Amino acid sequence: MGKAVKIALAGEGGQGVQSVAQIIAEAANEEGREVLYIPNFGVEQRGGVSVAFLQIGTDPIGSPKFQKADIVVALSDRAVIRTRQYVDEKTTFVYDTSIEGVEEELPKNAGRILGIPAIEISKNELNPRVFNIIIMGAVIKATEVVSENEARAAIEKKLGYKFEKNPELRELNFKAISRGMELVEKAR
Amino acid sequence: MAEKPIQGEKRVFMTGNEVVAWAALAAKAEIMYGYPITPQNEIMHYWTRLAPKFGKRFLQTEDELSAGFTTLGGVLAGRKAFTATAGPGNTLMQEPMSMAEMMRIPSVVIIQQRGGPSTATVIYSQQEVTMTTYGGNGEGLRVVYSTANHQELFDYTIKAFNTAWKYRFPTFVLGDGYQAKMRESLTIYDPEEKGLEFVPTETFLGKAPVNGVKQPVHLRNTYNTEEELYEVITRYMEEYLKVAPEIIEHREFSCEDADIVVVSHGVVSRAAKVAVQELREEGLKIGYFRPVTLRPFPAEELKKVAARAKTLLLVESAFGQMAKLVKDAIFGSTVALENLFKPGVGITSEEIVVRVKEIEKGALAK
Amino acid sequence: MTMIPQMPKSWRLESKPHKFCPGCGHGLVLKALGEAIDELGIQDKVVFGADIGCSLLAWDFFNVDTVQTHHGRTTPVVTGVKRANPDVICIAYMGDGGGYAIGSQHLVNAAARNERITAILVNNCNYAMTGGQMAPTTLPGMKTETTPYGRDVRESGYPTQGPEMVAAITREGSYVARGTVANLKQLKGFLKKALQNQMDGNGFSFVEALSTCPTNWRTNAKDTWAFVEKEMTKFFNVGELKNPAAKEGE
Repeated sequence: MGKAVKIALAGEGGQGVQSVAQIIAEAANEEGREVLYIPNFGVEQRGGVSVAFLQIGTDPIGSPKFQKADIVVALSDRAVIRTRQYVDEKTTFVYDTSIEGVEEELPKNAGRILGIPAIEISKNELNPRVFNIIIMGAVIKATEVVSENEARAAIEKKLGYKFEKNPELRELNFKAISRGMELVEKAR
Repeated sequence: MAEKPIQGEKRVFMTGNEVVAWAALAAKAEIMYGYPITPQNEIMHYWTRLAPKFGKRFLQTEDELSAGFTTLGGVLAGRKAFTATAGPGNTLMQEPMSMAEMMRIPSVVIIQQRGGPSTATVIYSQQEVTMTTYGGNGEGLRVVYSTANHQELFDYTIKAFNTAWKYRFPTFVLGDGYQAKMRESLTIYDPEEKGLEFVPTETFLGKAPVNGVKQPVHLRNTYNTEEELYEVITRYMEEYLKVAPEIIEHREFSCEDADIVVVSHGVVSRAAKVAVQELREEGLKIGYFRPVTLRPFPAEELKKVAARAKTLLLVESAFGQMAKLVKDAIFGSTVALENLFKPGVGITSEEIVVRVKEIEKGALAK
Repeated sequence: MTMIPQMPKSWRLESKPHKFCPGCGHGLVLKALGEAIDELGIQDKVVFGADIGCSLLAWDFFNVDTVQTHHGRTTPVVTGVKRANPDVICIAYMGDGGGYAIGSQHLVNAAARNERITAILVNNCNYAMTGGQMAPTTLPGMKTETTPYGRDVRESGYPTQGPEMVAAITREGSYVARGTVANLKQLKGFLKKALQNQMDGNGFSFVEALSTCPTNWRTNAKDTWAFVEKEMTKFFNVGELKNPAAKEGE
């Protein structure tokens, strides 16, 4: 019986964590997989760490939250600290290398730790606004929950109306996915 | 005439709150009364956006007392009216719902449980079981459905209207903050195309004259003597007990030869299902029992299971609220009771597996 | 040299930076209030009640005794404290929902009984913490999560004018004013008078503060100020409605 892949994505509000999780969720759902996505939510409207919990599998998902993740992606120093509780020896912990002074905070008990320069790539190579799409590429490469094509289709569905007005955006987003996938490939 | 909100059936991927709004539309609910409280706000957000398209109405009231009483008003006017709330709002809802119990008003309320007591968390719990099943100053003459997934949230919100209008007890759909905010897939459909018949509403107040003659009604919830009240309540209770078998729903599997039966409800039952399936694959004799109606509780069904099992493991995100219903239901049984109580916190299948194995070990040690 | 903002002495440093959204008016109102408490020298005597909504984030804001209550129930809790111990200075801090919707019966009755408390209501025209639903003070035509097509006054009436309502109910000894975060100096003056009115044992003191919510208004900084300064003032007049001290001074 296939166990669901458990993904935790965390970052500061505005880094696009929930959008990425939702796009991956919809991509996997389109492919007929069992998907359950839930954002964290508390009283503050703004300012806390944004965490997305995503589970993708073949059987109906047991519970909306999980204790330990298969993959954690942390995009800020607060996110690294916040997501340590989801890490055990089976977890792949992905973080952005531009986070200052983060090395001491990384969970030593993680199975694998991958540092990827997503923020840097988005600033210098692509565009800061597709930073979270690079992350999306990284997640799908690390988990293999959906294929690159399925991810492209999901982005097309969500942002297609923007691409109509500005076709370059499509290229940019698709490139961001590929780039994210490459970063994980390299970091392994 | 406004078109139907759902034509045929459609596979969708949405949050639980959105599911509730669509289900109410599918059930032909006409008016929603509501007040903001997390985590059920989006039910109102979706309803207010969709309402004008389908000729539906909405009122945001000044608080939950009003949301409850205005809902009763809408129902008394012969319309399918509903409201939704959570936590402290549910506490306030008890006053209007007591009136619904006394006056047999077929109200429908969706509850998305959050941490309690008081403001606690806006997130999740199963701590409103006691209140939703037996709240107010009455005898719990209510129907409560505890849903575990979005398909059920859709199905049972539609069913709630039929149950309420058929049996005339205030009816509740008991969800929680996780179900409200999570996204998963389900099939939404037009109930009538699936052969589901809607129980017709009845107008209590404001009925038009018939053949030019108006028969006024006088509805009361006050009685003068103890004996009058006793007669009314006894009559209600007899009726409730008589129709309970038609309303009661539960799910169970692998209980026939089970040593330990995991008893849970709502979203926790999903984790229990996975846990029991895994344990069975490992060769352990574990069973699964899930009340779908918490009120009326599937007592006879659970008594049968309790008679065969050695232990019932009661698992809930509360400190024994479902457990109290269980104990009441199986009184006299000698089955051992074990708990996994996590008030306000989600429970995973891994935790249930660990707990079952603990109990097994303890049993072997004896 | 970096400027260190002057924080009121009554502010609690450990809870700063605070949790209100960027651009939220609460921080400004609480600054004016903090300075008022400092200038009146009453920090040790204040009991501060916070409602549920964004105001709940003020629960650890001050170095004063604070109690978080339930939505709309801050007025009665604080009334209960004051009745049991008239020596404390009681502040009931709430939002537009807590005061004019669920808490309206308590506000009306506290005013009618002339309770010697100071109620401060922050008005940002929506239920912000729950995600931006309509509030009693939502402006006509304003889009909120429960008025997605704009507030229709035929359906839900006009924005509640709270200070006017309180002023109509109260008799002598009551202080009633409406200030705005767009004029912090004036707002602080109103808050000081409202607290002084309680200290003098005169009667019910009420200050509404027009405030900002760029998060739910979905406005940038410029438009946020325009809304509170120009739009909200079309329905809510800034100024004092009742001032017992003024009569004496005349």
